[in-house]
Amino acid sequence: MTSPPRILPNGDTALTVEFGRSIDEAVNRTVLAFDRAVAAAAIAGICETVPTYRSLLVHYDPLQIDFAALGERLLALARQPLAPIATTRRWRVPVAYGGEFGIDLEDVARARGLTPDAVIARHTAGDYFVAMVGFTPGFAYLSGLDPALATPRRASPRIETPAGTIHIGGQQAAIQCLAGPSGWHLLGRTPVRTFHPHRDPVFLIAPGDAVSFRAIEPAEFAELDRAAALGEIVAELVAP
Amino acid sequence: MNRLEVIVADPVTTVQDRGRFGVQRFGLPPSGAMDRGALAAANVLVGNELDAAAIEVGPFGAEFAARHGAVRVAIAGAVRAITRNGETVPVNHSLVLADGERLRIGPAREGVFSYLAIEGGISGEPVFGSLAVNSRAGLGSPYPRPLAAGDSIAVQAPRPLSCEVRLDLDDAEPHAAIRVVLGPQDDEFDAATTAVLFDSTWTVSAASDRMGYRLDGPRLVHRDGHNIVSDGTVTGSIQVPGSGHPIVLMPDRGTTGGYPKIATVISADLGRLAQIRVGGTLRFRAVGIAEAQAAARRHAAQLASLSSRIRNAESGLDLAALQSANVAGNAVNAVEPATWQAAADHADQELTDRDEP
Repeated sequence: MTSPPRILPNGDTALTVEFGRSIDEAVNRTVLAFDRAVAAAAIAGICETVPTYRSLLVHYDPLQIDFAALGERLLALARQPLAPIATTRRWRVPVAYGGEFGIDLEDVARARGLTPDAVIARHTAGDYFVAMVGFTPGFAYLSGLDPALATPRRASPRIETPAGTIHIGGQQAAIQCLAGPSGWHLLGRTPVRTFHPHRDPVFLIAPGDAVSFRAIEPAEFAELDRAAALGEIVAELVAP
Repeated sequence: MNRLEVIVADPVTTVQDRGRFGVQRFGLPPSGAMDRGALAAANVLVGNELDAAAIEVGPFGAEFAARHGAVRVAIAGAVRAITRNGETVPVNHSLVLADGERLRIGPAREGVFSYLAIEGGISGEPVFGSLAVNSRAGLGSPYPRPLAAGDSIAVQAPRPLSCEVRLDLDDAEPHAAIRVVLGPQDDEFDAATTAVLFDSTWTVSAASDRMGYRLDGPRLVHRDGHNIVSDGTVTGSIQVPGSGHPIVLMPDRGTTGGYPKIATVISADLGRLAQIRVGGTLRFRAVGIAEAQAAARRHAAQLASLSSRIRNAESGLDLAALQSANVAGNAVNAVEPATWQAAADHADQELTDRDEP
């Protein structure tokens, strides 16, 4: 049971409903359950919501509802029992590990006292939960990293890491869809586009989904990457 | 079809509209115009919806030419020299570019962004309801990137060209303090640091862009380190990274962030902030939420009333009033407002009378 959330202003057009301040799977599941309750309540004036590890950001139209009234409605909603969220979708994501695909694999193995193969085995054995999607389009933050793999982030971030980067930082794991800066450790790359602007659906993975990884060889990566670029969904949807 | 061809464009010249909403939960920021007030002003001058897509021209300017027919356009926003085939044209006016005529939008002398609206709108394929360019995400239409020489913008729905009009805008207060609401993580800073935010003059750094405006000034010191567990951001969030130099997040921002956000710029002041140039300065002033929301309502009302400020460019006539007064063919003295209402009342009465069997 978590304590009642705090309502925090974000200027005049948004507010944060904060359930906690740390990375905690129970808090995250409460946020996602609350997000669904807010959607079901269909409160006039809410434009969209952004669930994160620990809070729900609610964008609203100040011409339709004011901060105090919306805050009260949301607190009342949070006091109701929340239906626990059930994972409805489970994705298996192919990853080419090591070498040019995962330039930090060997360093992570050395730092954790494991062989590179053991790191891959532990990473693919993991059962991950999409805690949030954010920062850049399709960037999925995953909870469920094997604690034996937890590695503090790099002292200096890289300016550019490739699209499809599969990496870990501290206790977090992630799928990064677009190229971008990162201070995390690169284990591999996936051909899967979690965001593809000219595909239906544009976004593949949503908060609350489950994810596991499957190791592939460079030849399969090249083949899947061509198909994915053309808009094919190359992640497998497996039974929950 | 009538088109506007890009002859030269500032590297940050992009098509922008209100932005795309509803998918921030998937990491896609809204994008959209940096100064929505100026976007609305340009659009109203050519009879478009206030949030319709227009060309956001960056500080260095751009040049366009009409192709395959005449194009009616209007420019609002930053102060600059604008010429049509070498002859000066005023800002906040609509004007017709005849086929082949060139429109040159010079470097900004005050402000940063101008909006070039095209009567009939820009033809493109909206994604999540918007043509707004987000080059990082590969989104935007007709080109998912800044405009470049040779690009050609098709007019979506060309209409018969009407007379040239101008917009009478109130003198803005460009140097008034930018209003903010404290939070959501102001408790990550002590009272002395919060006072520094409001007591200092901040300078917009050269490292600023559509993702964020970086501010140079004193260092804001965190109470407890600069990492928080990521949570959502809004346009206007003032986040404070490890360097202690604040960054105001703009429409292309990350949708979530892991730095504490000491305060949030109110929506009514975002456009004014966006128009502060690199090297320009600003101050912040704290307001309560009720005041911020009252400002949002006033701002919306001002935008909604833009069409009532349109005047015939030559005669100064109030076109909206004239049109409503002349609905039943009554000729009125358009420079004497008292006659408008009388004529409009009379016209209403006539219409009502006609409805009687």
